[in-house]
Amino acid sequence: MDWQALQLSLLLGACTAALLLPFAIVVSRWLAWRRFHGRNLAQAVLALPLILPPTVLGYYLLELLGNQSILGTVFTAVFHDSLVFSFQGLLLASVVFNIPFAVQPIQRAFETIPQDIREAAWCCGLSDWQTFWKIELPLAWPGVLSALVLTIAHTLGEFGVVLMVGGNIPGETRTIAIAIYDRVQAFDNQSAGTMSAILLLISMAAIALIYTFNDRLDRRYGR
Amino acid sequence: MIDWTGDMEDNRIQIRLQQDGPIRLDIEFSCAGGEILVIVGPSGSGKTTLLRSIAGLYTPTRGMIHCNGETWLDTESGTRIPLQKRRVGFVFQHYALFPHLTAQQNISLALGHLDRSRRELRTRELLELVHLKDLEKRLPSQLSGGQQQRVAVARALARDPRVLLLDEPFSAVDQQTRRKLVRELAQLRSRLHIPIIHVTHNLNEARQVANRICIIHHGAALQIESPDEIMAHPRNSRVASLIGHYNIFAGTVVSHDPDRRLSRLLWNQTELITPYQPEFQPGQQVEWVIPADQLVLHQRRRPSAGERENPVFGTIDECLQLGQNVTVSIKPHHSEESLTMTVPAHVARRNDLREGEQIGVSLLQEGIHLMEKEVLKV
Repeated sequence: MDWQALQLSLLLGACTAALLLPFAIVVSRWLAWRRFHGRNLAQAVLALPLILPPTVLGYYLLELLGNQSILGTVFTAVFHDSLVFSFQGLLLASVVFNIPFAVQPIQRAFETIPQDIREAAWCCGLSDWQTFWKIELPLAWPGVLSALVLTIAHTLGEFGVVLMVGGNIPGETRTIAIAIYDRVQAFDNQSAGTMSAILLLISMAAIALIYTFNDRLDRRYGR
Repeated sequence: MIDWTGDMEDNRIQIRLQQDGPIRLDIEFSCAGGEILVIVGPSGSGKTTLLRSIAGLYTPTRGMIHCNGETWLDTESGTRIPLQKRRVGFVFQHYALFPHLTAQQNISLALGHLDRSRRELRTRELLELVHLKDLEKRLPSQLSGGQQQRVAVARALARDPRVLLLDEPFSAVDQQTRRKLVRELAQLRSRLHIPIIHVTHNLNEARQVANRICIIHHGAALQIESPDEIMAHPRNSRVASLIGHYNIFAGTVVSHDPDRRLSRLLWNQTELITPYQPEFQPGQQVEWVIPADQLVLHQRRRPSAGERENPVFGTIDECLQLGQNVTVSIKPHHSEESLTMTVPAHVARRNDLREGEQIGVSLLQEGIHLMEKEVLKV
């Protein structure tokens, strides 16, 4: 059992969620209520990681973050470190491949808030910011929670992109999914089995948590 | 026309809105403090857009809104007060209560203009006003339709509004609750002293609560008057048809008799006596209306004095029982157009009213109302 890999995966999941959720809330609220030219294209681009083979996504990220790329060069010049095969690069890749998992549930949640509820808030004298904070966000909370859980669970399980961008450096980029693959390659099936069981449990608990929470909220709000 | 230059410091709201599309608006009216003005019109007539414009949720192309001495909208000078600053109480059609907040929290959220210490007291007062004192901890989903409506009213009043806007407020409740809520609204009016603008497509509801009714069609106000006046004297056949009159016909004014205070009208080949309406010239083509309850059936067994009043004879075209009443359509001998009247079912039975039967009816003189022939604007 590679506890270090589990710890790294959890850290990666937490950091990804922390970086991605504020971005996802802003973008999904915008997509939910604004109608503009290119909206469908924007949604398609944001959904790409869902259907793109992880190796393809990983390849492009490698190109984008590599030491020869503009982003990679700037990052190396500022932080004297590399984006590929490092935790920071893995984190950036993780943010990108989790975008649809964060944006879509939150967007759906914002879309279910009736327009007249927001208008009622404005008529109560609430500013746009107060309306967001006191009305929209609490009502979209099930979507935010789904996004949080899905992002973390998906980060724990992602394999292809992580291998492409991060490689397999213990303590730096070896996540639990990579560790399972590594153990199977070394014929250490017992460790691979334990880690797989842990991932299975975490995934099941995450999904169950979302369903339970959403069901409770639905009953509470009479939806 | 509204006097826009006059004293505006009397809780009055004055509104003029105009635009060609996407929803046509061409409307001008004022509503005094303590008055309930009910806007009645069919779906898509611009009622809700009108309310949303007053609240500031929608900005029409051209318009002016003055409320209690403040200019909320003046498109000519570019004045547009944001909706958060308009002090409007808005009761939405489906109430739009915040589902995650209790009744109490729904109300106190609208009390942002008060100190924190005064909010609790004011919330309690408002809950008491709408008879919801013991339900303050409940979420909207735990309240009945009528109770939700009361929370919505209390929340709308929480801002100490300068005008109260009600968008079909009784549409989502049952008949019994509706009666109760209508009574409560009437009580509320006497305590509020602010203009109340109430939108509905239900004419009966409008007649129950309104001081004045505004009939709106395609965004234009066709007539603004008291319910009795509108029902008895619709301005034109469009209004008459919108308020549910069936008996709308064309005719020609024959003469006036100022001494007897009556006019004579030729309808096809029948001359009818009508109330004195000298504003129409003899020979003028007019439209006229008679409410269904102003037609009196000639009883076959017991002729009465009333039968001498504008008698018309014809054949029963159709007899349709709707609940306790029977709608009888009569085709007069001299006319292609049918008269429609409503009689209680037992009267229809007793008089053996059946399709194809010959029948006589009197058109009560007081019920006949002449209207200018409408020039259709397309």
